[in-house]
Amino acid sequence: MKMWIAAHRRACTGTLARLAGAPLASLFNIMVIGTALALPLGFYVVLANLQGLARDFSPQPQLSVFLAQDAVAGDVRAIEQRLKARSGIANFRFVSRAQALETLKSRAGLSDVMAGLSSNPLPDAFVVTAPAHDATALEALRAEFSGWPKVAEVHVDSDWARHLDSLLAIGRYAVLMLAAALALALVAITFNTIRLQILTQRDEIEVAKLIGATDGWIRRPFLYFGGILGAAGGAAAWLMIGIALLVFNTQLNALSELYGIPLQLGHLSAGDSLSALLFAGSLGWFGAWLSVRRHLHAFNPS
Amino acid sequence: MTDIVLSKVYKRYAGGHEALADITLNIATGEMVFITGHSGAGKSTLLKLMAAIERPTSGSVIVNGQNIGALRAQGIPFLRRNFGLVFQDHKLLFDRSVFNNVMLPLDITGFDRREGAGRARAALDKVGLLHKEKARPITLSGGEQQRLCIARAIVHRPAILLADEPTGNLDADYAAGIGDLFRDFNQVGVTVVLATHDMQLAARLQPRLIEVRSGRVVS
Repeated sequence: MKMWIAAHRRACTGTLARLAGAPLASLFNIMVIGTALALPLGFYVVLANLQGLARDFSPQPQLSVFLAQDAVAGDVRAIEQRLKARSGIANFRFVSRAQALETLKSRAGLSDVMAGLSSNPLPDAFVVTAPAHDATALEALRAEFSGWPKVAEVHVDSDWARHLDSLLAIGRYAVLMLAAALALALVAITFNTIRLQILTQRDEIEVAKLIGATDGWIRRPFLYFGGILGAAGGAAAWLMIGIALLVFNTQLNALSELYGIPLQLGHLSAGDSLSALLFAGSLGWFGAWLSVRRHLHAFNPS
Repeated sequence: MTDIVLSKVYKRYAGGHEALADITLNIATGEMVFITGHSGAGKSTLLKLMAAIERPTSGSVIVNGQNIGALRAQGIPFLRRNFGLVFQDHKLLFDRSVFNNVMLPLDITGFDRREGAGRARAALDKVGLLHKEKARPITLSGGEQQRLCIARAIVHRPAILLADEPTGNLDADYAAGIGDLFRDFNQVGVTVVLATHDMQLAARLQPRLIEVRSGRVVS
């Protein structure tokens, strides 16, 4: 066991030394892998941010319960009692037709239109905040409220969030497909890099085999090489995205000042970053494994 | 006790060339054997069969009780660790120092590096190259390179030393020195098998001679 760990440590340090020995070549290899990974990863970051945005703007779904035009104060109170008695509602507030008209009038460009109206066309309304996020529960609430007396219409206000969600789901599929294609590219890149490595180390492999090295011993440094190359490429991708976000966020600053809302894109979470690194590392390892398996056969006795 | 047993061994290469035919011979533990014959007679092929670098077309090659023809690929490395191999073309690694060349067999077997360093220096000392441990093999003369190859072959204390034309392109003085090295190893119990056409060396060491002619043992 101790021997095994020592052998691994030696293979690992040997690999690092080899990478450092040819810094320019290593750097370019890492950059190629980094660029290939930065595409899907960057896309993923944008998606994750959009998703966060969608969540921020609809913390809890709301239902607007519009009363009929002929509803009187008594009807309003009856509905209010029902809402109070109903469990499973986070909270609700009443928006009278007069209040609604005032709000509408205060909006730029609409006051002229409103002035032309002889009577208030708006209904009284309750805005109900539902705790549940899932579509079926909201639909059930909507159906229930619609059945109450003097209720004309019930709108689920989180519809747009649902639409955004389904758009994001399509985006996630696109990321997956892009990631699969570029994962393949990463495996191909390491496969080729390791093949070249094996060719340049032909003598060493041949001699090592002749004096009793096992295939595992010969394979090990190449696998480390592939794994480290992949992980370093992942780190490079992470950095590239970080720099891109930095540039992007300074531009967004100007925009967020204009609109008065904070618009900033965040980087990958620590967990996501770690899994991206591990994923890239294991892809590199896999590419190296394929390559070594394919090319070490040439050294077996005939 | 016997180390190496060949019986009815044939080796035919693709294209029909018959390198060895009907070879039967025994080499006992602790023996010193020279395999002699002209170039192309099959000396090297014989050594390659013993070291499992090639497999026989038919017949059996048994080393330390293991039949090489039937040995699985995973078993070959462990079989090879019984051998010290000395190559005519040295097969040194020029990207590392003399010392690290000698360390290679110990690294492969997972030998403790500090303990291994002592052994590597002892092996280098034995062949008279200790003062060059930090040098690159490319800076060594032909004789020194051959001695380095021998140091690498003995550092893990193999039971059997197989050498293919170890004095092939050395002048007589160097060749004599290397011959003495082999005699020393043999005297401490190592089985030594040399493929050579250097009859001067044979006269000096008085080994058992096996002559190969056109792929057959003639004496």
